[in-house]
Amino acid sequence: MTTATTSTSKVAADSVGGSLRFYGIWLIGIFVLIVLPMIFSSGGSLTSFSLIGIAIVFALSYNILLGQTGLLSFGHAVHYGLGGFAACHMMNAVVSHGWPIPLPFIPLFGGLGGLVFAMIIGWVMTKRAGTVFAMISLGIGELVASSSLILRSVFGGESGITTDRTALPKLLGWSFGPQLQVYYLIAFWLVLSAIAMYALTRTPLGRICNAVRDNPERVQFIGYDPHVVRYIAFCFAGFFAGIAGGLAAINFEIANSAYLGAIQSGLVLFSTFIGGTAYFFGPILGAILVTYLQLGLTNLTTAWQLYFGIIFIGIVMYAPGGIAGLLMMHRPLIRAGTLWTVIPSYLLAIVPTVALACGVILTIETVARFSGGDPINLFGIAFNPTSPVTWIAAAVLVVGGGFVARLTWQRIAEAWDRAATVARDRGYLA
Amino acid sequence: MSGAVSGMSGAVSEKSAAIEVRAVEKRFGNVGIIRDLNLSVAKGERHAVIGPNGAGKSTTFNLISGHIAPTSGEVKLNGDRISGLRPFEINRRGLSRSFQVTNVFARMTVWENVRCAVLWATGHRYAFWKNVDSLPEVRARTAQILDDIHLTHRRDVPAGLLTYAEQRELEIGITIASGATVVMLDEPTAGMSNAETERAVALIRRLTEGKTLVIVEHDMSVVFGLADRISVLVYGHIIASGTPEEIRRDPKVKEAYLGEEAH
Repeated sequence: MTTATTSTSKVAADSVGGSLRFYGIWLIGIFVLIVLPMIFSSGGSLTSFSLIGIAIVFALSYNILLGQTGLLSFGHAVHYGLGGFAACHMMNAVVSHGWPIPLPFIPLFGGLGGLVFAMIIGWVMTKRAGTVFAMISLGIGELVASSSLILRSVFGGESGITTDRTALPKLLGWSFGPQLQVYYLIAFWLVLSAIAMYALTRTPLGRICNAVRDNPERVQFIGYDPHVVRYIAFCFAGFFAGIAGGLAAINFEIANSAYLGAIQSGLVLFSTFIGGTAYFFGPILGAILVTYLQLGLTNLTTAWQLYFGIIFIGIVMYAPGGIAGLLMMHRPLIRAGTLWTVIPSYLLAIVPTVALACGVILTIETVARFSGGDPINLFGIAFNPTSPVTWIAAAVLVVGGGFVARLTWQRIAEAWDRAATVARDRGYLA
Repeated sequence: MSGAVSGMSGAVSEKSAAIEVRAVEKRFGNVGIIRDLNLSVAKGERHAVIGPNGAGKSTTFNLISGHIAPTSGEVKLNGDRISGLRPFEINRRGLSRSFQVTNVFARMTVWENVRCAVLWATGHRYAFWKNVDSLPEVRARTAQILDDIHLTHRRDVPAGLLTYAEQRELEIGITIASGATVVMLDEPTAGMSNAETERAVALIRRLTEGKTLVIVEHDMSVVFGLADRISVLVYGHIIASGTPEEIRRDPKVKEAYLGEEAH
């Protein structure tokens, strides 16, 4: 009882400075978005940042379903894609009719595209959660993706719908031709969407979404219809996914069937899960990491999807809370001042774990390039995939690194247990 | 006491009945779990439903609260027919129930568990334009409930990490949070130690003051200490209904239920 009482007082004291810290984080985020292109101004990084911004909005919208409401969707790209098509058609209509709508308003129409479709199919889809919902989402995803190739007048067939973002009315002299201006447009909508989606989690509906996620049965006995809750959440997710799709349409000046497809749906699930669904910022981390990996790995290796798969399996098995979950695990230890007891075991584990990872990479690349014979470049060292030396090096790294890494991981677990026990005794951990 | 069942409906006039169960039957396939169930609970009454394992007590709760629909017959709440309605519709009409197996929102904190249960009743429903943290009446009511169930010091702990007894208290807290006038508790003290049971009974007594309470309970000291009236359910049928004194003396009850325990 005494430890519990002290923990209450600590929590209370925490919430006083909490709001200051809370707004601080958002302001820092906005500041970073503003100065980022000033530090990294190359065309390549601007393109990357733009893609990451879109991916973050998309992943956050997906987490309204997965993390907030407990709905596993395999077809979320449908709303993203339809948002993209809606935005493209709107842009072309604005140009051909001469409407006074500047480009920055276009993502809103993307959002409406995603929302309208969610409102139409959502009621049937959200009748049930769990496997039923997942299966229907998969079916709808395939349905819409294949329709996009058949309904040529709306989706433009294989080539998609193209548009010219610079043909729209200028806003404050911005033509949105240069990538920098597009980046700021995306950053603006990213901030707007992120704030809106965060605010949504702090509303009565947002909290009831969490309740539906945890226990849809019990929700019915506190006055709520879980079907309605899921439906509204689904509509919001569709809306924000549509905004992301609209941003993508502006960025690429095209919308095509790839926007709607299973790969896009898989990618957002992947980003959100790797980032961590339990915290609002999880999908942000996931979207940044996955987009970067996607951009980086595709240039380095043909087996990049295999690496994605391995990372995904690793996260599912060993860190189901994702990156955000791993980070937040440390919070009580930091507060209790016991984190320093864990750090040495982390440092100790770095070398064998990196060795193991190198071994795995070498193995995969050897297999992937064996017939082609392209040399493997690992951290500046060239390996010949057909040479037995490479095979032995890979085997030694995997077996030796794996063996030592296991030992160091056990040390981490032990150090962690001790630190957590102390944190629990001090009332920082339930 | 042979007139216990028929006398019951006479004792409680239809108008003042909080819950009125009439000729309810529930069949799963060919198996009749509940047959010709008649139960009447007066407003403000503390009514215990007892019976041997498998008698259909939890099924009775599920039938009244809308968890399952009766095959035939009808259930009335404050005179209005509720059989066939969905659980949330029944809940909105002022009937709230707890569960025998703890049924909370495991990943949410104690505070949020109770607050969610307060939201509908305070009229915030599916609102997505209000900040849930700045609703004074919601906050006040949640704090009051937490205080009532003695879990204020655990308010920021995820419900899944509470001790068993604490989860049972939270279960009661969620059930009463909406301010429902009819409260149904399904074995609230199951699995509790004697001391915990005593605490829980005192809690229930205090929190259901002025409300109608229907309780399923195995602990006979709890039943006879708490209930104004008792109904005895055996094989899906109520064989007797009356005051604790009447039930204690009823030969049918002795034979079917209490008698077994005496051996």
